[in-house]
Amino acid sequence: MFRYVVRRIIGAIFVLWLISLITFWLFFTLPNILGANPAVLFAGRSPSPAVVAAVSHHLGLDQPFWTQYWHFLSGIFTGRNFGPGQECSAPCLGFSFINGQPVWQEIISDLPVDISLAIGAAVIWLIWGVSVGVISALRPRSAFDRLAMGVALAGVSLPIYFTGLLALSIFTFGPIKIFPNLHFVGFTDNPISWARNLILPWFCLAFLYAALYARLTRAQMLETMSEDYIRTARAKGLPERKVVFKHALRSAITPIVTIFGLDIGILLGSAVLTEQTFSMTGIGRLAIQAIGSRDLPVVLGVTLFAAFFVVVANIIVDIAYAYLDPRVQYS
Amino acid sequence: MSSTPEPLDGGVSAPAVVSEAPHAFLDVRDLRVHFPTDDGLVKAVDGLSFTLDRGKTLAIVGESGSGKSVTSLSIMGLHNKKRTRMSGQIWLDGTDLITSSAEQVRALRGEKMALIFQDPLSALHPFYKVGDQIAEAYRLHNKVSKAKARERSIELLRLVGIPEPDRRVDDYPHQFSGGMRQRAMIAMAVSCNPSLLIADEPTTALDVTVQAQILELMKEMQREFNSAIIIITHDLGVVADVADEVVVMYAGRAMEYGDVADVFYRPEHPYTWGLLGSVTRLDGDRAERLQPIPGNPPSLINVPPGCPFHPRCPYGSLNGGKEREILPLLEETTPGHLVACHLPVEERRRIFRDEVAATL
Repeated sequence: MFRYVVRRIIGAIFVLWLISLITFWLFFTLPNILGANPAVLFAGRSPSPAVVAAVSHHLGLDQPFWTQYWHFLSGIFTGRNFGPGQECSAPCLGFSFINGQPVWQEIISDLPVDISLAIGAAVIWLIWGVSVGVISALRPRSAFDRLAMGVALAGVSLPIYFTGLLALSIFTFGPIKIFPNLHFVGFTDNPISWARNLILPWFCLAFLYAALYARLTRAQMLETMSEDYIRTARAKGLPERKVVFKHALRSAITPIVTIFGLDIGILLGSAVLTEQTFSMTGIGRLAIQAIGSRDLPVVLGVTLFAAFFVVVANIIVDIAYAYLDPRVQYS
Repeated sequence: MSSTPEPLDGGVSAPAVVSEAPHAFLDVRDLRVHFPTDDGLVKAVDGLSFTLDRGKTLAIVGESGSGKSVTSLSIMGLHNKKRTRMSGQIWLDGTDLITSSAEQVRALRGEKMALIFQDPLSALHPFYKVGDQIAEAYRLHNKVSKAKARERSIELLRLVGIPEPDRRVDDYPHQFSGGMRQRAMIAMAVSCNPSLLIADEPTTALDVTVQAQILELMKEMQREFNSAIIIITHDLGVVADVADEVVVMYAGRAMEYGDVADVFYRPEHPYTWGLLGSVTRLDGDRAERLQPIPGNPPSLINVPPGCPFHPRCPYGSLNGGKEREILPLLEETTPGHLVACHLPVEERRRIFRDEVAATL
């Protein structure tokens, strides 16, 4: 088990390294080839060639690719010095072209928004989706099942900027102002205010995922309930409650756990639609702004962070799966 | 182990109608199991009767789709009540399972009657340890601690011949071989000393040497617990090996019913002849081809009128059309030997003697 985990972590580090290499090349070298100089972006509107050259030198863009990449990579671990007054302490992802802030700090300060959003929504959609799916599977084609699957279809089809705006127009600006004046409050600052401000985005985001999870759980449960070992469980004389929850759900939940981990990983770096709809500044919104203003260091930093979340989620899912399904070999 | 039937579980009250209670330990009377479907009514079992005493083994044989497994699931009460129409009587030790509530039947499952399935890999839960699955059945019907139940699991695994049971108890099903899984399945089934053990094709998924061991094990379990066993199979070799009595089923009905010697050496139904003729023999002449029964089993939605076997019966036309109109009843030809066939008794005995016996 330990060796399995270590091997998975080494693999993940390799993947992250590869992503950093490709994205660095993509953002700092490819534009040069295509005729767009990052130094020009940094220097501002219509710079003189002398200024561009100075900026190029300052950013190290005049050095060979591998040297630049090495400075970038080592900066993450040891920090970097761009000149007097421009020390960038480790972990360093450079400075924003736009506001001159360290990229790492920018991302870290926005991270609580995404973590709060993703974790809260995930808890809601998991409970909501799985319970609806189980009830639907136990009474297929019943009125509940038809209604739940109809709602699920709506949940899958309606984008967050529809449900989000609908919720906002009712509960924030509309007739039932129970969540007025939404703004993000840190969990450590005021947990109650934190939750109150997040309930709408949580439920809107969870609605989308709960719909997917309800459909998935229903399909998994229907399949599992027809398995021979469910008949065995009944033949033992187990009450139906135990047959469903101990035997059927145990099997049906396994693939759902896998997808759940990956969904959270992906969501942490890309809840941009939700953030935008509810005017919250998380990583996704930071990325959109950075792309709009061609703030390459921030784009690069956010990309690496998003990749990091997905890779870590993958490791956790693999370990959890090996734990959940004893048939998985740790080799 | 006492040979007298144990009293009913304290929590389960016997149904009101006791006066009719029969003498046999298991008495199935005119069992009908129908499934309404979009295509029509599937008459999977249509008027089946048999009896079985403790310590005895009854084999139910027939082709696929003859209603064997449906019968076993009916006794266990494992059909979905909403999708099944059941009638008739199933008396188990003085309790009619058909009129008992689902909860009463559930309490009997695993405790008084247990089921061994065909494919032990899919019948065991892949995510739970073998020992835990056995212990679960035991703890459900016996108020014991986890540690006690675990001891019982180890003891049962030893009883069914699993080597190193105290280590194997913590294995998962996929770590067992096919034969060991079936042994574990049997251990689970006998964990509460059931007085009725139903084995639904217990050896079909196993290779031949393991088959013999499993059958031997089942006989041992029967001696140990004095259980009644119903073995469902299409393998007549298995029947000859373990059964005391045989029901030959076709299209949800019994065609022939008697003790194993009658059915094997004095079979009177053309369908039984067909089944016996389809058996591979090692001592036979290679030039003699197997004689499969022509045609296929009928659809259980449109069972042929009259004798359900008549379209495939080589002797059906000897009855002058009666076979196409009248359903033959199961009638006693010699004491304890029942046959459902229109052919006159003397005629079918003559055909067997002169035409069929030599080819078997």
